[in-house]
This record gives sequence, structure tokens and C-alpha cells, in this order.
Amino acid sequence: MIDKSIKKVLVIGSGPIIIGQAAEFDYAGTQACRSLHEEGVEVVLVNSNPATIMTDKDIADKVYIEPLTVPTVRRVLEVERPDSILPTLGGQTGLNLAMELEEKGVLKELGVRLIGINADAIKKAEDRQAFKDTMLAIGEPCVASKVVETVEDAVEFSASIGYPVIVRPAYTLGGTGGGIADNEEELREIAHNGIRLSRVGQVLIERCIAGWKEIEYEVMRDSKGNCITVCNMENLDPVGVHTGDSIVVAPSQSLSDKDYQMLRSSALNIISALGIQGGCNVQFALNPDSFEYAVIEVNPRVSRSSALASKATGYPIARVAAKIALGLGLDEIPNAVTGKTFASFEPALDYCVVKFPKWPFDKFVTAKRTLGTQMKATGEVMAISRSFEAALLKAVHSLEEHRESLMVPALLEKGEEELKALLHNIDNERLYVVAAAIYNGISLETIHAITKIDYWFLYKIRSITDMEKKLRSGVCDQETLLRAKQMGFLDSVIAKDIGITPAAVKNMRRMWGIQPSFSIVDTCAAEFRAQTPYYYSDYGVENEVDPSCDRKKVLVLGSGPIRIGQGIEFDYCSVHCVWALKQAGCETVIVNNNPETVSTDFDVADKLYFEPLTPEYVTNIVELEKPDGAIVQFGGQTAIKLTETLNNLGVHILGTDADHVDAAEDRERFDEILEQCAIPRPKGQTVFTEEEALAAAHMLGYPVLVRPSYVLGGQGMQIAASDADICEFMAIINRTVQDHPVLVDKYLMGQEVEVDAICDGHDILIPGIMEHIDRAGIHSGDSISVYPAISLSQKVQDTIVDYTRRLASALQVVGMMNIQFIVYNETVYIIEVNPRSSRTVPYISKVTGIPAIALATRAMLGERLADMGYGTGLYRHSGYYAIKMPVFSFEKILGADTSLGPEMKSTGEVLGISKSYDEALLKAFDGAGVHLPKDGKIIVTVRDKDKAEICEIFKNMKDMQFRLYATPGTRKALLEAGVQAEPVNKISGESPNIHDMLAAEDVSLIINTPTHGRLENRDGFKLRRLAVEAGCSCLTSLDAAKAIMESTRIVESDTVNLTDIATL
Amino acid sequence: MKPLRAYLVLEDGSIYEGEARGAFREMACEVVFNTSMTGYLEILTDPSYAGQGVVMTYPMIGNYGVSREDFESIRLQPCAFFLHELCDTPSNFRSTASLESVLKEFDIPCIAGLDTRAIVKKLRESGTMRGMMTGDISNMKRCMDIIRDFRQIDLVESVSIREPEVVGKGNTGPRIALMDFGVKRNIARSLASRGCEVTIYPCFATAEQIIAAKPDGLMLSNGPGDPKDCTGIIREIAKLYDYGMPTFAICLGHQLMALSQGGDTEHMKYGHRGANHPVKFLEEDRSYISSQNHGYMVKAEGLPKNAEVNCINVNDGTVEGVVYHGKPVFTVQFHPEASPGPHDTSFLFDKFIRMIEKEELQ
Repeated sequence: MIDKSIKKVLVIGSGPIIIGQAAEFDYAGTQACRSLHEEGVEVVLVNSNPATIMTDKDIADKVYIEPLTVPTVRRVLEVERPDSILPTLGGQTGLNLAMELEEKGVLKELGVRLIGINADAIKKAEDRQAFKDTMLAIGEPCVASKVVETVEDAVEFSASIGYPVIVRPAYTLGGTGGGIADNEEELREIAHNGIRLSRVGQVLIERCIAGWKEIEYEVMRDSKGNCITVCNMENLDPVGVHTGDSIVVAPSQSLSDKDYQMLRSSALNIISALGIQGGCNVQFALNPDSFEYAVIEVNPRVSRSSALASKATGYPIARVAAKIALGLGLDEIPNAVTGKTFASFEPALDYCVVKFPKWPFDKFVTAKRTLGTQMKATGEVMAISRSFEAALLKAVHSLEEHRESLMVPALLEKGEEELKALLHNIDNERLYVVAAAIYNGISLETIHAITKIDYWFLYKIRSITDMEKKLRSGVCDQETLLRAKQMGFLDSVIAKDIGITPAAVKNMRRMWGIQPSFSIVDTCAAEFRAQTPYYYSDYGVENEVDPSCDRKKVLVLGSGPIRIGQGIEFDYCSVHCVWALKQAGCETVIVNNNPETVSTDFDVADKLYFEPLTPEYVTNIVELEKPDGAIVQFGGQTAIKLTETLNNLGVHILGTDADHVDAAEDRERFDEILEQCAIPRPKGQTVFTEEEALAAAHMLGYPVLVRPSYVLGGQGMQIAASDADICEFMAIINRTVQDHPVLVDKYLMGQEVEVDAICDGHDILIPGIMEHIDRAGIHSGDSISVYPAISLSQKVQDTIVDYTRRLASALQVVGMMNIQFIVYNETVYIIEVNPRSSRTVPYISKVTGIPAIALATRAMLGERLADMGYGTGLYRHSGYYAIKMPVFSFEKILGADTSLGPEMKSTGEVLGISKSYDEALLKAFDGAGVHLPKDGKIIVTVRDKDKAEICEIFKNMKDMQFRLYATPGTRKALLEAGVQAEPVNKISGESPNIHDMLAAEDVSLIINTPTHGRLENRDGFKLRRLAVEAGCSCLTSLDAAKAIMESTRIVESDTVNLTDIATL
Repeated sequence: MKPLRAYLVLEDGSIYEGEARGAFREMACEVVFNTSMTGYLEILTDPSYAGQGVVMTYPMIGNYGVSREDFESIRLQPCAFFLHELCDTPSNFRSTASLESVLKEFDIPCIAGLDTRAIVKKLRESGTMRGMMTGDISNMKRCMDIIRDFRQIDLVESVSIREPEVVGKGNTGPRIALMDFGVKRNIARSLASRGCEVTIYPCFATAEQIIAAKPDGLMLSNGPGDPKDCTGIIREIAKLYDYGMPTFAICLGHQLMALSQGGDTEHMKYGHRGANHPVKFLEEDRSYISSQNHGYMVKAEGLPKNAEVNCINVNDGTVEGVVYHGKPVFTVQFHPEASPGPHDTSFLFDKFIRMIEKEELQ
């Protein structure tokens, strides 16, 4: 029964995307808000992340895109006066915030209660000692462990249980700051870090059970005490690798019913003991040689795993959790998939699911690739098939990492000893190393002894390598071909193995009737008729898709896994596109493979294909569905790359046609267009080799910008100031074979400006001009972006609108277009044009109130902007300042350089919105976790050419109360400019130096500008890493430094001005 | 050697192709499906599957091999096994053999490589059907004749023990008479582990014989087939009921008890077979996930006045449990002994023992 006293609920979102907390919370939050709404409850939402569906005005009654801090949420509570807070949908951020509100007495004071979980349960699950005590009380085994608050206690306890030990900090996300210590020296370092990163200064030291099976259960419980498990999952990587970095299969494969039920009962026991009303994730370690098990961790909330479980089974955990929080019983909530059964059942799968992490090592070339207890993946893919082999290979294909099979030539060439040595590395390449080892005849026993990967998985990988061998030996009869397809082999791989063309393989398949078919994910293994059109492909089985359709059918390609440069923004765009198409009466078909997202929720599109976004899979779908059109503009580079495939299949691409997209990407064609339009651009050349690059640089004069063409997110883009830089960058870019030339452009240090425009082929509509606080040279995704443009003259703004119009016309853009300009000495230059959606679209849509994607979609369907009611040209200013601030995950990626440049490094963003510029800026910094107390300590150390500018910044901060510290050179400059600063030695200098200061004192901020080059041994690199490790904000851009100083102009007062996005 | 092609033919003429595995031979059966994702050993050794061919909906079967302590009876019971993929390379610390090797050992024919999902959809829409596995579909009339002639007879007798047997000998708790209509071992184990001494009686044991042994309680087991075929057993149960024996019945036992009191049973369209069935205990307003395996059910209409339906299936509202007021008797359709499946309702064995103790006090 619904608790009638709950009338208005505050939902806390999870904030910016960071490693360990990604799009899964947008999916969960969106689903939960709608679920609450269905029950007639008023929903107030607070989340600092503008790139989410959940912060759309249609999702909640009141939407606050505000910093997730106690003062701000308190203000929201005061203004809105909800009766309850649902804290279990915003990840660790949401739970921590709820705990703080409780601890500070805010909830009591304002008469608000937590629903879904209470503070006591949060403490029991999150506080290490409280958790252990709870488990002990109910007889559930934990790993031998002790909570310590000092390094000395950690050392003493570890000596008593023996090394290796695992260090886990309390109250952190994604296991931040944890690790495995093999000896005292390592322990001291890890424990020190962990204690510092923990919100409560505690770490857990525990017996190392690395090598045990890691098994997870997703459990639901209602207020009556009814419990069910949604599914369980088995990690291919044994205990020791964070589950977020593990290859995970659902359901478990190597567990007998006795094993399965033992752990299931334990999970039910735990959720009951914690008294959770909603969803919960329980992680177990299971001794592979006995029934011995240990509870590793409990997450008393929706999580990445629960999103995965929802997509893997069709059971909408967040939706059900929200209803449970309102008091409904599991047996009162209908199962949305079957429509007949109820939420109080356990999904039965008749397929298997593989999740594969997506790591950002392509962006962080200096980073350690070792996987451990600290999660490093930014995103993940999921694949479905009846066979594990196919699910695994489909997952590999979905990653878009140029891997078509498990066979990596460079690894296959290695000798036995070398491969054995590589097997010891637990890193992102391990699966491929295992496959190479098996292929090369290393025994499974040897591989198992080193990796502890369960034999079941090794046998399956062997069945894949055996098939490779069979095909390579030339065998390709009907049965073998069917078997290969059932195992997930691509036509292109089969073709290469047997030495024919992919087209010939396809012909053979056609001749033998080996055609893909599609099955339904229905939660119940076909026991009941399903109402959800949620499909995956397989071979040799009945096709369940009915392609008939009496409306216009449009295919929308999603954006795949979340990665740096292609994040949640594109999912936002895909979802809005689908909604707009539905609104226009079209039947929508979406293809995507990211389990974390809203777009793969089965009720978004009319049909969902959970498939890799690669040519063969998309072709299969197109050949069956025969869509009237396809949209590739909203799925980032992933979707754009499929344009050619769609063209070859004769599918009409809605919006800007492929040829014009190419014209914008192709240097020569684009130069021609710019010439026609009389638009200037920085001088540049296209090159392939290092020699050509050097020649171009010499001709243009340093500094120059070097980047590959046809990439998103500035992948591989660098500013070169010398020949050495050119050589270094070209070597990095050319590590992967480039199909397209490398661009070398003159670098202009001007003001960078960005616009997103909606075009209908005749008119354009620009929601707003955004200018970057950081000057050109820092990737737009990493720049602080301000709406509206504050420093541009009217003339420059007019020019920008004019150029946008000319380009839209010249490229015949229909749909979205993103243009980056540079303003240098009042002249507007163009840097690049992307005739598709960009990462700023969600943010600009929200702050201007223009539903950009909906309008763009309508334009693609043939409507005119003039008829849409928003006018044309530059839209009027909304009256608000909105500042988008990038957020990074540097503390997760050891060894990554944190200095910003032309290559994007941020994982997410927050928004600061206000009628005052300064307050918007302050909110943005606040939301991003950069706090500068009025009397904080600031360390400044900048390169020579920045010295004058840094002095300028501080000279203007007359009434500051900061204590300023500077390294000798910088200090000299500051003193000469009349700015007081205390001395501190460089990191390589004598003690006491910056290192000592960071270790001993509370430093609020470091301002450090990088010297050129990527070399790691430089002082700056060390300093920036140290700052990350010490949890101290470090700004590497003078513009950002200036901005944060400006934001402190705000008079501290207790009232934060809130903006309800829903009323903009 | 390349496996032979094999076919599952259903009585409506539909044909599904796979490969011959296990002790493959021609075999007619009633075709049912089970949605459990684990527990194939417990399913294969559950006597309730006598006379049936079982289709597993989970596509990979045999992953964790074979461990004989998981057997629920002394042998494999279904007459045929239908799978998508039969795993030849199992992995589990207790596994001593591959699944196919025990299929061969117990002479169970199997077809692997089937589109099991398509079969389930067919059975879901058309209801449980008879069918046959065969390697020869050249003459469909022959197949259809064989299927039409297929009859299940004396199923309970064929799976019940012949001589009484004691489990938990020397236990000092209540003494339980367990009537074996095709009992799963874990029923006896569940009682013995709670301190009971359990005497298992053959299905043809008489009420007098059992009463003479003076047990503290009576347990009626699960078993195969149509409960209405068991007319003799029903008569004996009626006598035991009248005697006032504290009784707990599971599955077929539950159906037989209802029939003995004038209730009615009916054949279900495709039954409940799986480990994920929600059962609601009406009085407590609580739901539990249960293990189920039945093709017949007790009808709510026709039960005597003192019988109250106290548990229902959340999905379809069918009768899952009956309590007989005025008598120390309760019965359930699902399997609290689990094996395979969730242990959520194992508390019913405790309830049974408490009921016996209460009776003794009176």
C-alpha cells in the first residue's frame, strides 16, 4: 500500500560523470522520477549535471541544477519543503549527502525524512566497522579485517594476518584510494592515501582473497519484508580486480544450484538485516575449492551493477525501488515487461550477458594500465547471446577498439615465456593475452595457475581460439560456418581466416540459410508473452521480430560506451531524438550497447536492439527492419562512422547528407568551402609523416596545433612549440594506423567561442553563443564555458551568427551543427565545424529553454524552423548566466598528467546557473568540488611567460585574505609586482618544498601552468600528480585561475539563489 | 565423430532440429519446460519428471558438471532431455563427471542444439504437448502414430520405493512417516536435519500400516502424473486425515489431500516449472520465491468448508497452499525443500514440527 503521507519527494542525483559514477544514475534517476510521478507524487530534483535526461523539465516537477552540497540542498529543502528525500538513486554522492544532512541535523530541523533507506542502514552498510558488526550479528562471514585510522595500526594488524592485504577506504566512490599491499612499505603508502581520501578518515585492512570467484547479487526488498534477487553475476576476473573493471557475465556460469542458493540466501539475509526498502547490491568472494564464502561489500542503493542487472534481465530495478520507497509491495507492482506478472518474481534468463569495461587509456598514455581495486573504466558495454562465446565477442566488437576477434597479432607473435610473463599482468589486455596463450598452446593449467581465471571461462576462450584455428585451416562447411556465427564470429574475421572476401562469406551464409535472427529479452525465458520490443541477435534460432509497420520508420544509432570525449551528452541527444520522432508519429528503432544509459531503457524507443554499433550488426538490423530513414547525427562519432554502411544499404540518412559531413571533415574540401564563404581560418596543412609535419610547422611558425582528422574529443590533439614536440606527437598519433591525414595548424592564442545551431536547410536558430573562459588550446570539452558570451563585442557576435548562417547554407546542414570559432584581435576565425550534435547541446538546451534536439529532429523530417515557434537567428538571452565546468577523474588514473591541453581529459561536467555571473561561477566551481575558502592557502608556480599575467590576476585581488605561497621564480615576479607571497621550494628543491607542504598542511589550491611536452619527469607533472593524490585542487589554466579568484568576489551569505530549470 | 541429427516432434506436427546426445534413441514423452538457470542435476533426478521430456530454457546446461550428492533420487528420472547447448567442459570444485556421461550412464536420451526458446513459446501458446525424439522424420505419419499412442501409466508406482527406509535414524525429534509418491531426498533431509526420524513408506503403504507405527506426523511427498490416477492412495490419505494425523503435504501430496477431501484438481495449460515462482501467504501478507514443478493444480472451488486457501501464486492466482481447519493439516503446491531453487519457504518444515509439538501437548 502506498504511504499516503508521502506527497512531495526530493530526489538527489549523482552529479557529474566521474569514473565510478557514470550514466547509470541518469538511467536510474530518470526511471525513478517517472515512477514516482506515476504514483501521483510531486518530485523535486537536484543534480549538478546538466548533461542528463533526469534534469529535463519533463522528468520532475521542479528541477534544480545546483551544486550537490549541504548548503545548497538545505536551501532547496527550505524553498520546496518536501516531506521526504529519496537518496538511493544518486550513487555514493546521494547517500553521502543524505548522511551529511542527517548528521548536521538538517533533516530533523526541516521535518524531512529519508525514504528507501534510513541513516542507520546507510551507516551499517557504509561504515566498515558497523558493517562488520552487522554481518557478525547475522552470521554472515566477512574477510578477516580491521578498521584503522592510523598507518601504524594498519601496519600492526597486517603483520598479524599476513601480507598481502587489501586497503579499502570508507565512504569513497569506486574504491578511490584503495589497493593491494604486498609488504609494509606499500601498505604505508596506500594506507596513508586511503585515510586521507576517506570522508571519515578510516580505512579497512583485510585478508587478501585475490583469486577467489567474485559473485554479485542484485536484491530487492519491500516494506513488508518481501525479498527477491533480480539476478546474479559472475566476474571473469577473480577477486582483486574492481567489479567495474571486470568482465562480468550474468547469470553466474560456474556455480551449481547449491552454490547459487547459498549466496542468494545470504544476500537476502543481508538486505533484511539492513532493513533496506528498495534495491541493494551484495558482492561475494567465493572460494573456488569449497563452499567457503565472504561478503565483500554491500551497496544499499541502485548502482552500476543494478543498471547492468536491469538491462541484463529486463527488470527495471530503479522503477521498482522508487515504488517500494513509497510503500508499495513487490507483489503490488506490475512487471512492465509481461504486463501480467508482478515485481515479486525473479527473472529467468534464456541467454547470457557479458559486460566489458571501456577504459580511457587511449587518452592517458602515461597512465598505469594495471587493474586493481581502484576502478579505472569510464564506461562499459553489454552484449547478449545464447552462447557465452558470442556474448563475449559481441562485447569486444561493441568497444570500438579496432578488435574484431580475440586474436591480436602482436601477442600471437610472442614466445611462450613472454606470454607467460604477460599473463602475470592484470591489465586491460589480459583477455587477449589469455587468448594468445591458449592459441599458442600454453596449457590451461598454466594459465589458470597464473591468472586464477575459472576453467569454465578458459574452456570457452579456447573454444573461440579453436574455431579460429579450424577456420584458418580452411574448414568452412555449413556446420562450421553456422557454429562460427553462433559463436559471434564476424563475416570479416571468417573471411580473413579462410582467405576469401567478407562478401563471399555472406553469400555462403545466404546459400546455406545461415541468417541472423532476433530474440526478445522478456524477463521470463518465454514463459509469458512479453510486451517489450527489446532484442538481441543470434543465429540458428527463430526470429521474433515483426518488421511490419504502417508508419514512417526511423533508425536512430546510439553512441555506445561512455568514454572521454563521447559521453552521456550523446545519449541525451539520442533519447530526445527518439522522443521527437515519436511525437511526429514515426516508429523509432534504436541501436545501442551501453547498459548504463536511458536510451537502452526498453520503453524509450518503439524497438530497442541491444547490439554492437558496427557495420555487420547494423546491416543485419537494417536488412530486417528496412527503415525509411536513419539518423546518425546524435550518436557521436560511433554513429557517424556507420554512415557509409547505411549509404551502401540504400538507407536514406535524415538530415545533412554524408557528402556534406565529409566536406566538413576533409581538409581540402573544407578549405574550398571556407573560401567560397569568405571565412578565415588559421593557416594550416595536412601531413602524413613526421618530416612533412616538421616542414609544415616551420612554414607556419611555432606554436602549431597538431591533430588527426576525423576524430572526436580532440583525440591526439596537441600544441607543439618545438621540433621535439612534433616528433613526440607524431609518434603517438601514428601508433595507430591513420586512414586520414594529420592536420598541422597555426595556433592562435585567442578567445575560443562555440555555437550549436539548428538548421533546416534554409534558416538557422542559435540557442546561444558560448564563450570559453580558457583560451584556445585547451580542448573545448575541458574548458569552462560561459553562456551568454560576455566579452564579445556586438560586431563579433554578429559576425559569428553570419558565419554560422553561411556555413549552414554552404554545407546544406539539416539538423544540428556545432562550430568552434576563435576570436583574435576582433577577427573571427573558424577552427572546426561538426555538422552534428555536440556535447554542449544538453546544457544550452536547458539554459535557453530551446529543445534543440526536438527542433533539429523536426527539421530533419522536413519542417521549417520558421514554423516551430522559436524564431530564427540568435535566440534572445534568457536572462541567466550559465557556466559549464568540466570535472575530471584524475585521482582514479594513476600516472595520468592532469595538465589541460588540446586533448580532452574531463569525464563530466557541472552547471552553475544564476542571474549573476559571479554566483554562477561560484556555483560551477562549487559543483565541481573546487572550493576556495576566503582564508585558504594558495601555491602558485607558473612558467615564465605566464608570470606577468599571474601578477595581474593577484594585483586585482586587493582585499584578499588568502595566504599566497610561490616558488622562487614566480615569487620574485609577484613581489616585483607588489603582491605579497611567502616562499616555498619547488618539488625538486630542498626541503621544506611543495611536497612537504602538501603532506603537512591544508592547501586549498595550486595554480601551475605546464611547460611544454609530455615528458613525465618534469617537476610540473610530479607536482600535479601530487596535488591529485593529496586531494588538492590544481588549476593548470590561467583563465580558470582568474575565474576562481573572481568567483570569490561573492559575498558569503546564507542564501543561495536557486533556479528552477523547469520554469525557464 | 560428428553427432547425428535428431528431432523433437510435437503432437501438432512441429519439428525442432538438433543433435543426438546422451543415450540417444527414439522416445515418446510429455514435453514440459523448466526455467531454472541452475539445478539441472536436481531436476534430472526429481521423480516428478517421470514420463516427461524436460526442455531447459537456460541455454547452457552442464556448466558445473555432475556431483552425485546433488541427486534428489537414485537415478535420472525424465525420459528425455532437451537443450540448447550441452557443456562438455564443466568447471566446479565438486564436479566428478560431465553431464553427458551421466545421461549415458542412466540411459537418458538427449537432444542438444535445439532452439529451446521456440519450443517454450509453442508450449506456452498451445499448452503442454506430447512429443517424441527421433532421428528419423522421413515418415511423419509414423511419428504421429507413436506420439498418439503414448500413455503414462502407474507413474507413482514406478518411482516409489518398494520397502520402508529410515532417514535420520536415532534422531530424537518427532517421528515422521513420509509417504513416497516420488519423493525428493531433500524432503527427508530437511526433516532429519531438524531432528526428526523419518520413515519413508512406499506409495502402496496402507493407512493402518502407518497408524500402527505410531508416527508423530505424516508427510506426503511430491510425485509425477495426474493425481486423479492415484485412487487407492487417495483413499488411504482420507483415512489418515480422519484419524487426525498431523500432516504436511507437498505438490502431488497436496493435490491428493485435496482430492481425498472432495476437492478437485485440473490439468494446467503448461504448468509451473522453475525456481522463480512467487507465492503469497495471504494471512501474513508476505510473498516468497518458490521452487515449483507441477502440471496439475488444486481448484479453489470444490474444497470442503473447513479448507482455506492460504497461499496463492502471485502471477496467476492459482492455489498454492491449503490449510484444513479443525485438523492439524496443511499442504502446499510448491517445494519448500527447494533443491533446486530458493530456500525461502524452508520455514514450513519448522512450522510442521511446531504443529506436531502442539498436537502432542493437547
